[in-house]
Amino acid sequence: MYQILKQIIKTGIKTETPPQADEGMRLIEQRLQQEILDVFGGALAIRQVDAGSCNGCELEIHAVNNAYYNIEGLGIKFVAGPRHADLLLVTGPVSRHMEVALKRTYDATPEPKLVVAIGDCACDGGIFGESYASCGKVSNVIPVDVVVQGCPPTPIAILQGILTAISAKK
Amino acid sequence: MPIKHPNLKLNRLTDAVPAWTGDIAPEYLHEICQQVRDGGGRLVALWGSDVRQQGGGFMLHITLMNESGLVCLNVPLPVEHPNYPDISRIFPAANRMQRAAYDLLGLYAHEGHDHRKWLRHGAWHSGSFPLRKDFDAAASLTHEPEDYPFVQVEGQGVHEIPVGPVHAGIIEPGHFRFSIIGERVLRLEQHLGYVHKGIEKRFESMSLQQGARLAGRVSGDSTVAYAWAYAMAAECIAKVTPSSRALWLRALLLERERVANHLGDLGYLGNDVALSFGFAQFWILKEQVLRNNAALFGHRYLMDKIVPGSVTASLDVEGKHIIEQECDMLDEQVRILRNIYDEHAGVQDRFIGTGRVEPKLAAQLGLCGMAGRASAQAWDARVQFACAPYDKLDVKMATYRNGDVAARVIVRFDELFESLRLQREIMVNLVHDNEAPTLLEKLPANGFGIGLVEGWRGEVMVAIHTDAQGKLTRVHPHDPSWQNWPLLEHAVIDNIVPDFPLINKSFNLSYSGQDL
Repeated sequence: MYQILKQIIKTGIKTETPPQADEGMRLIEQRLQQEILDVFGGALAIRQVDAGSCNGCELEIHAVNNAYYNIEGLGIKFVAGPRHADLLLVTGPVSRHMEVALKRTYDATPEPKLVVAIGDCACDGGIFGESYASCGKVSNVIPVDVVVQGCPPTPIAILQGILTAISAKK
Repeated sequence: MPIKHPNLKLNRLTDAVPAWTGDIAPEYLHEICQQVRDGGGRLVALWGSDVRQQGGGFMLHITLMNESGLVCLNVPLPVEHPNYPDISRIFPAANRMQRAAYDLLGLYAHEGHDHRKWLRHGAWHSGSFPLRKDFDAAASLTHEPEDYPFVQVEGQGVHEIPVGPVHAGIIEPGHFRFSIIGERVLRLEQHLGYVHKGIEKRFESMSLQQGARLAGRVSGDSTVAYAWAYAMAAECIAKVTPSSRALWLRALLLERERVANHLGDLGYLGNDVALSFGFAQFWILKEQVLRNNAALFGHRYLMDKIVPGSVTASLDVEGKHIIEQECDMLDEQVRILRNIYDEHAGVQDRFIGTGRVEPKLAAQLGLCGMAGRASAQAWDARVQFACAPYDKLDVKMATYRNGDVAARVIVRFDELFESLRLQREIMVNLVHDNEAPTLLEKLPANGFGIGLVEGWRGEVMVAIHTDAQGKLTRVHPHDPSWQNWPLLEHAVIDNIVPDFPLINKSFNLSYSGQDL
């Protein structure tokens, strides 16, 4: 226990300032009212869905949980199921084998809900494109509010996308 | 010569690893596989290709490995009935690969005992095969979901827990069917293929350079290993050797990928046994490695840094200094954290004896890579088939016998420290110069090349076939997860359900890499 405490104290606080929302990432206009956004802004529950990614975007989504980006410090938490989520964070081109699962996950998420597409493949199909096995971008399958480009996008960009989704249009 | 058989004539490939290729009729396949198996050899990969346009029928390709090197067998199959004898009785790992070869190309393993579909769910009709050159995508698509015949476990008190494809964590999708009594697992059956996104078909429409980018996205956590294996296969066909500076840089990038992944997983292994301190600490270290990657090479995961013929990365004196400092820092910090893990009774109680794969079973079923080494399977491509620059590095292989979560943690720690040592050695050998990279523009016609790289998870293989114009006609990337997923089914037997995430994380296998 002594070693653990010593290491925690020596490590100190690593958390950095979060980024600002970026209206450029928005795909469709903010649909939610200010009152709802205020609630989301204080305690947002995210369900992440890998709909066919190479796992690169997942690495960076893990990273937003690390001490530097500390997403939980902003009141944002990843949850284990869609039924208690407010926002879906979707990666990958949507493989045709994941199409039904993604739609069901979307349907299982209660309104009001938001969808953020993470990574080039989720935004436009990326290098995998559309094919016999791939539906391409996420918005081909479910409605998308905000897109975050990058291969993979940095943790800062992912945070920015999430914060944009819950910010009011100025 | 790695295999002696009167009907097999092997040709040595001009490759960075010792590799041979040769044609063999289907009727001799069993004898050859048995011979390799009896000699302690293994199955690396099995795939097929459509060579009807070149005047043939179909071709089955099997890569075997023994202590001499790699042997890639080409088995010509007739157009009408492309059947071949099942080899999963000799190499159990062949089972899923054979089923995938049927789903994608219609090559049928007769006498086999398991012909269930594997990579095809309900997205295209049975009887139409995406990797055939005359595949008509528009006419073959379907939206009819098809049932998958899971093995049913019966008996008093037995019940099933279906999990996935969408999992509870931030993880790739796949379906797990647990049959349990109380909280004890009687049987786990995996159903994968959910992230099948047509990677192999995609390669066929790509240039050599585009293909390098795609290879780097087969499994994002192993982008360096795939990009290198792809480049090695291309260089094998073109008979070129990259500059020694490029090779040193490749090894540096590969070891940095290994370090980053082991740091991340060691953090999550702590987290999975309720020591969130482990996650916080290891992910601070991982983030520092990723930030140095971005600063020195322009990408946190080093994507697109290895290209056929060379690398697109460089490192100056200041960069070397940053890496040396990082190695010193990691060495000190990881030692502290290892000591904490070792001394923590709660952590060790969960690690020891959990998810055990006995060495005998590991050998029988072909467990490979990092997980294999934790079950006494002493294979490491950097050691046995040391391609340049590993031939100058004398890699120390980490092995352990226990085969449990604790053993996989020990192997990861040992490999992490070895990677730090290797990076320091590479710093000594890496000479800075301003030489322009000699990129490989085009490949010769009708070529075949193979690349094998020991990624952090295990050996990654990429095979490239070119057509009469030198274009990519077939590319097969092979992930070590093909071999290791079936062992996870064995590792969880008799464990409790709540230990599954821990056991799963200790292997951390790729879905995308095997679903393709």
